[in-house]
Amino acid sequence: LPRPRPSPKAPPRSLLARLVASAVAGTALLAWAAPADPEADRLGLIALYRQAFPQVPVAEYVYGALVFSRDAREQYDSLMDFPPFLGTLDRGREMWERRFGNGKTFADCFPDGGRNAAGRYPRYDAARERVVTFETALNDCLLANGEPALERSDMARMGVLTAYARTLSDGMPMQVEVNGPAALARYEAGREYFYRRQGPLNFACASCHVQNAGRILRTEYLSPAVGQATHWPVFRGGDALNTLQARYKRCLEQIRVAPPPIGSRDFDDLEYFHSYLSNGLPLKASVFRK
Amino acid sequence: MFCSARPGVGAVRRTVIRVRDDAGGIVRPAWVIGLVAAFCASPAARASDPPTGRELAFAASKGNCLACHRIPSDPSAITMADIGPPLIGLRARYPERAKLAAQIRDATVANPETVMPPFGRNGVLTDAEIERIVDYLYER
Repeated sequence: LPRPRPSPKAPPRSLLARLVASAVAGTALLAWAAPADPEADRLGLIALYRQAFPQVPVAEYVYGALVFSRDAREQYDSLMDFPPFLGTLDRGREMWERRFGNGKTFADCFPDGGRNAAGRYPRYDAARERVVTFETALNDCLLANGEPALERSDMARMGVLTAYARTLSDGMPMQVEVNGPAALARYEAGREYFYRRQGPLNFACASCHVQNAGRILRTEYLSPAVGQATHWPVFRGGDALNTLQARYKRCLEQIRVAPPPIGSRDFDDLEYFHSYLSNGLPLKASVFRK
Repeated sequence: MFCSARPGVGAVRRTVIRVRDDAGGIVRPAWVIGLVAAFCASPAARASDPPTGRELAFAASKGNCLACHRIPSDPSAITMADIGPPLIGLRARYPERAKLAAQIRDATVANPETVMPPFGRNGVLTDAEIERIVDYLYER
């Protein structure tokens, strides 16, 4: 079935790239110094995907690669009727509701008891000069209440906690904000990471999820980047819990690149950029993936 | 098990199992069996032989062509991939062997935006391995 290929054009737009480009071209720096525009990035990608697979409504992108396969989507729908991971969500709820030593709970750390909270992350924390993910915010809550923080990479504890905590925002929109030059710089760093070709196979995240979204890698459809950040954690095979950054790690391993640690600045910046792309789409938490 | 004694093929089987853990789905058993069969059932398979062009083309740690391409004329090429064009009629499409080899060595020379890995430039395949893959592809 012939269909237009998404344009592979994904120019690096880091400040450094612009400086180099302007020096080479002898162009005035000001001409290149226009700020990055996250909203233009998001809408540009959506336009690309709509051209590549016009039959898929944008609202369906939250289902990832499932939108390309009726069979896979039916399998998903029937599994989600009685998800095999409900017991894990119950354990997450126990963690969420457990009283800290001072009598407070996680719900006391977030407006509205944590409802509609997850989609507001990642956010930029000017005081700490870094991106704060939802997991970081959960750890901040623990530390503020005199409790030990959890390992970001610990799927059995942090993963299980987020699996429940994110359900409190199920169906509510992603609403990531990038305000001010310092936040924009982290967004830009994440964007640069996403488009950077890495490793012996010379793949960027965008090689699959922009240039080839909707196509089949051996047996598996490649999902569009827009919508990807809405549905974490996933339970692969029904019970193997993976947070978004655990998936980043696995993706990089699959393309033979040594991944940065879960919770590193590289991954937090990437998650910031990546999550912004899903703004306006509803969270799907937590979900099955095969 | 005779197959795991062969250098190269053992690596292939490990890779297949790793991918199998990750991929899942109803099509999984068929293509895993197909891949293992393609490597292990080859009558040419002997412990001391270097991998054939087909083995190099199929191995996930080497050419891994089937991740992105179909090879319609080879029934053992089990894949649904549609990222790159089907590998068919390559003798006609690349009358000069050197150009096909160059494309495998570093496809970004002809098209900087391509997602095809630069197998030779990045040391995933040696020149000799690329030549054997060209031999195989020329028969397709």
